[in-house]
Amino acid sequence: MDEGYTTTDGRKIGGVVMEMKNITLRFGGVVAIKDISFDIREGEIRAIIGPNGAGKSSMLNVMSGFYVPQEGEVWFHGKPRPQMKPYQVAQQGIARTFQNIALFEGMSVLDNVMTGRLTQMKSGLFAQAIWKGKAEAEETENREFAEKIIDFLEIQAIRKTPVARLPYGLKKRVELARALAAEPKLLLLDEPMAGMNVEEKEDMSRFILDVNDEFGTTIALIEHDMGVVMDLSDRVVVMDYGQKIGDGTPDDIRNNQAVIDAYLGVSHD
Amino acid sequence: MFYREAGDFSTTYPEDSQTFPIKFDRYRYYVVLAFAFLVVPFIINDYWANAILLPFLIYAIAAIGLNILTGYCGQVSLGTGGFMAVGAYSCYKFMTAFPDLSMFINVLLAGVVTAAVGVLFGLPSLRIKGFYLAVATLAAQFFLVWLFNRVPWFYNYSASGQINAPERTVLGVAVTGPNTSAWAAYLFCLVFCVASAIVARNLTRGSIGRKWMAIRDMDIAAEIIGVNPMKAKLTAFAISSFFVGISGALFFALYLGAVEVGEAFSIQKSFLILFMVIIGGLGSIFGSFAGAAFLVVLPVAMKIVGADMLGMPTDIVAHLQLVVVGALIIVFLILEPHGIAQLWRLAKEKLRLWPFPH
Repeated sequence: MDEGYTTTDGRKIGGVVMEMKNITLRFGGVVAIKDISFDIREGEIRAIIGPNGAGKSSMLNVMSGFYVPQEGEVWFHGKPRPQMKPYQVAQQGIARTFQNIALFEGMSVLDNVMTGRLTQMKSGLFAQAIWKGKAEAEETENREFAEKIIDFLEIQAIRKTPVARLPYGLKKRVELARALAAEPKLLLLDEPMAGMNVEEKEDMSRFILDVNDEFGTTIALIEHDMGVVMDLSDRVVVMDYGQKIGDGTPDDIRNNQAVIDAYLGVSHD
Repeated sequence: MFYREAGDFSTTYPEDSQTFPIKFDRYRYYVVLAFAFLVVPFIINDYWANAILLPFLIYAIAAIGLNILTGYCGQVSLGTGGFMAVGAYSCYKFMTAFPDLSMFINVLLAGVVTAAVGVLFGLPSLRIKGFYLAVATLAAQFFLVWLFNRVPWFYNYSASGQINAPERTVLGVAVTGPNTSAWAAYLFCLVFCVASAIVARNLTRGSIGRKWMAIRDMDIAAEIIGVNPMKAKLTAFAISSFFVGISGALFFALYLGAVEVGEAFSIQKSFLILFMVIIGGLGSIFGSFAGAAFLVVLPVAMKIVGADMLGMPTDIVAHLQLVVVGALIIVFLILEPHGIAQLWRLAKEKLRLWPFPH
C-alpha cells in the first residue's frame, strides 16, 4: 500500500502521510461529513472540491484538529492520531491557511511570519527577559528562516508594514508565508485563491507549485476554480452533501458522471 | 530634517531587531538614561520627588504591567488596584517578617507573590473574554481589598488597620521610613522602572510577545499555528501581575509610607492605570511612560495653573481635573485609540520628511 506512484509530469509521490478513515461529523442533527475515507501521499497536491455546503471546510477543520469527528479516525504518519488540541496538531507539523484571512492585523508582516516559527522557538522566560544567549541566538536563527520564506514569496518590500494596511491579495500571500514558516509536513490551504483576479490567481498557483517543488511540501487544498484545481492537483476528492462522490486524477474526475451531475445538476423525475 | 534615518543601515538581524534601530533614537535614549541616573539625583528635592517623579516612576511600572496584559495580550483587567494591594501587603509582610532582608529582595518577592495571585485570577480568562473578563477581574479587585481589610493577619493586627513601612535599607542607605532622602527613594524606583521597561520590551519583541499579540489579534488563528492559549494567557497574567505587584510595593513602601487599603488601592486606582494605558497607547512600552507622565503631571499642572495662577478655589480645580480626564479619555478613544504613542509615531513620520513632505 505504501509504494506511491509517479505523476504525469514525472514527480515521485511517496507513501501515505495522512489518512482519513470513515470520518463522520455531525452538528446536532446536521450531518456535515458522512463516512468519508481518503488518503494524502507524501509530496502530492491533493485537492478537495465540491459545491457550496458540501463539507469541504469541515473536512479541513477535522484534518487540522479543529473539529473532532464523531466517528472515524485520522491517521497521521501511519498511526491513529489521538484526540488533541489544535495547537498540538500544529506542533506535529500541520499548518493551514483560512478561507477568510486570519492574520494578526496588529502586527507587521515580519512578525506574522515569525509567529509561524513559534513552534520552533523554545527559549525560556528568563532568557528572553534579559535577551541574551539562547533567546537572541534563536531569534536570529529563526529570523533567517523567516526571511528565506519572505524572499521566496516575494514580499520583502512590505516586511515591516502592518498587515492591516495591505491589500487583499498580499494578505493571502502573507498568510501562506506564515504557514510555510512553520516548515509543515502537511500544508492545508482553504480556498487560497478566493476573491482574486486572474493575475493574482496565476501568482498564487505558481507559488503553490513552487512550494511543492522546492520544499517538497505535501499540500491539501480546497478550491472552487476548476481550471486551477485541474491544473494544480495530482489527485482530487469530490464531495457533495457531506459524501464523497469521486476520488482520482483530474482526468478521472472530469469524466466521472456523479461529479458532472453534482456540478451541473440533474433532473430528479 | 530633525529626524534622520538615511544612511542608517542594519547589516545583521540582531542589529535590525534591536529596540532602537535608528541611531538618533538610540543616542537620545542614552542621554535620557544618563540624565535620569547621573543628573536628577543631585538636583532632586522633596517636592519634585513626591509630587512628580516617584508617582511617575511607580505608575509607569504599573502601566507597563497592565499594558502587557491588555495592550499586548488583549485581556482587559480592572483588577490592577487589587493586584497593587497584593504587592503592597506582601511587601509589608516580608519587610516585617524578615527585617534583615534587603529592600530589593522584598520588592521582588512581592512581585512574585502578586504574579501567583494574578495567575489565579487569570484562570477565568481561559473561558471568557472582553467585557465578561473585565467583570471577573473586577471581582478580584473587590475581593482582594475586602481580604486585606478584614483579615488582621495581613496588617499584623495593628489597631488602625493600616500598614506602615518600617525603615529598610539598601547597601546601608535608607529607602523606606521617615529618614529616607528624596534621591535614595528616587534612585530605588528608577532602577526598578528601567529594569521593568527593559524586561517588558525584551519579552514583547521575542517569541512570548508574539504569542501574546497573536492571542490578542485572533485567538483561533493563534491556536492553529501552535500557540497554547492557556499558557500564553496565564504567562501574560503572571508577568503583568509581577510588574503591578512591584509597583504596588513601591507605592506603599516608598511613596505613601502608610496605607489603608480601601483608600490607596480602590477601584479608582484600577481605572487610573487603565486610563494611563489607554491615553498612553495600548501595546506600547513607550505609551506606558507617556500615559503615566500625562496623568501624573496633569493634576499638578492644573493645580498650578488653576489655583495658584488663576486663583480658582481648590475644590473646583479638583473637580475640573475629573472633567478634563474624562473628556480626554473619550477624545482618545474616538480619535486616537492607540494613544500618545501613536501620535508620537505619526509625528516622527512627519518629521522624517520635513520640510518636503513629498
